[in-house]
Amino acid sequence: MDVGSLVYDRPDLGKFRVHRFALVSPEIYELERRRIFDRCWLYLGHESEVPEPGDYARRVVAERPLFFARNRDGGLAVFHNTCPHRGALVCRTDRGNAHVFRCFYHAWTFDTSGALINVPDIDGYGPDFDRGQMGLRSPRFDSYRGFVFVCFDPETEPLRDYLAGAAEYLDLVADQAAGGMRVVPGSNRYTIKANWKLLAENSIDGYHLLPTHQTFFDYLSRAAGAGGRDMATLGNRQGFGRSLGNGHGVMENDAVYGRPIAMWHPCYGEEARAEIQSIKDELIARHGLDRAVRMCEKSRNLVIFPNLIINDIMAVTIRVFQPTGPAAMDVTAWELAPAGEGGARLRRRLDAFLTFLGPGGFATPDDTEALESCQQGFHSGGIEWSDLSRGLQREPRGNDELQMRCFWRRWQSLLAGTPHVEQYERGLPPGAVPKATPSPS
Amino acid sequence: MVSRPVRAASFATGLPADADYLLLQHEVEQLLYLEARLLDDWNLDEWLTLYTPDARYVVPTTDLPEGDPQCDLVFIDDDRDRMAARVRRLQSRYAHREYPSSRTRRFISNVMVTAVDGDEIEATAAVAVWRFRAGESAPYVGRYDVRLRRVDGRLRLCGKRAILDHETLSDHGALSVIF
Repeated sequence: MDVGSLVYDRPDLGKFRVHRFALVSPEIYELERRRIFDRCWLYLGHESEVPEPGDYARRVVAERPLFFARNRDGGLAVFHNTCPHRGALVCRTDRGNAHVFRCFYHAWTFDTSGALINVPDIDGYGPDFDRGQMGLRSPRFDSYRGFVFVCFDPETEPLRDYLAGAAEYLDLVADQAAGGMRVVPGSNRYTIKANWKLLAENSIDGYHLLPTHQTFFDYLSRAAGAGGRDMATLGNRQGFGRSLGNGHGVMENDAVYGRPIAMWHPCYGEEARAEIQSIKDELIARHGLDRAVRMCEKSRNLVIFPNLIINDIMAVTIRVFQPTGPAAMDVTAWELAPAGEGGARLRRRLDAFLTFLGPGGFATPDDTEALESCQQGFHSGGIEWSDLSRGLQREPRGNDELQMRCFWRRWQSLLAGTPHVEQYERGLPPGAVPKATPSPS
Repeated sequence: MVSRPVRAASFATGLPADADYLLLQHEVEQLLYLEARLLDDWNLDEWLTLYTPDARYVVPTTDLPEGDPQCDLVFIDDDRDRMAARVRRLQSRYAHREYPSSRTRRFISNVMVTAVDGDEIEATAAVAVWRFRAGESAPYVGRYDVRLRRVDGRLRLCGKRAILDHETLSDHGALSVIF
């Protein structure tokens, strides 16, 4: 199988297909590790997870154990989680606060900036031992609006350039609160026995929403009572898909549920109306009518290539998935909330998340089922290609597949080592600002 | 000669281990066993009747077992209405992770009454829920912290906090059954 011909991309013929070999092959997975995960900027965590000096959190990114910390000076530090001495994991708990990081094996000790500050019986190493060269090692890292990324390739462009048009969509999340956003304690961690690219597709797929998540919309309609929206209109909601460059893509749609920022829904109850309006008024004052209305009333499903999803839907979730083989991935998801938010506002936000999202939500388990079902179906044979041509020959709507094609085109060029050519199709080119239609508030 | 109490106090509550206490222990155990059987039989409508109208069902995330649904992200935070909605969803044939339904077997053990405060009783139990479906099998293992109250003479659950022992849901992919 030629790795350059796994994506059949012919907009002129109305055809876009992905060969299912790309979704099952161990050889492709090994290539992805080297050519995608060793080269791209990968999401590590959020700065709000380590607010105080000495705070740390550990992660596995692309099968590499890492940890990040707030050092004494208030700066962010990211480390390879391996002792420079003999390799043991230095950070062995998921999160906490520490004055120093001490490897338990031989008690080498590092400060929160990674400098080696103590070696038991250091005289045994002789006069040429250079402690300055034996500190914790950091991968390349950078953060944008609180979102921290790492990159294992010194040649890759700077993070801001890599993010391209996706940066604007991170702004739309980060700007939702004057005091910034924070990750709420508690995360969803689960495994899906499917190829990681299927979750990238699924997270930005508007087409599956009604058939797969019928029970969620049924719940919403019942909870809303007579004030609920007629779900038959769901398919006609306004929206679009959009390429953001470098394989990033988004679908931006009229929200068909309430949004804690700041679109009231009967589910929230009458008592929440005034508060939701005050949030919206504050956003209009800060961002102007057009941008504030767009922030409040549009949902956004964003993929940042290769494995980060920021879904600003009935709640704001960060979802990252680490492939562990061609047919398995570890998923972690968090919820974002305004830093100072508490009380009824925070409860409304937490509740909105739970109705749809997470392993116990009314929708996410069915996505997991869909992905595993696809993975099993691939082995049936008879069909070699999956179809992603929806919307290829019209102005791409929110339930079309342009944003998935952006992902796959980038994937193909990185895997084959061919130049990445942006295909604009008929969608908005990166950088164009879509016009939000202000609705009566 | 050293005098000894005739009856040992119950370890967790300090209440005398008398006949009333033994009956209560038995009653709590039987209620938890009944809940387990109804869930294993997918008799979800009847399961709901074991809960009071003001009941709360909470499952914290695996990384924050002490999580508070008021300010932390949890897996499940259902009031009675959402418990009913969860049941309706699971019975709908469109809860795809559970259609066809999984086979489950719940094992409840280590049941201890931990407090009796007026009308309200607190108890804790160890639980394992084996789930079999689509060639996969995995147990959910954890602990129940329950609150119970007598309604019209019958013991009912008014709160269940079901705490998973797993570090992640790596074997399950979801919490698609009622735990």
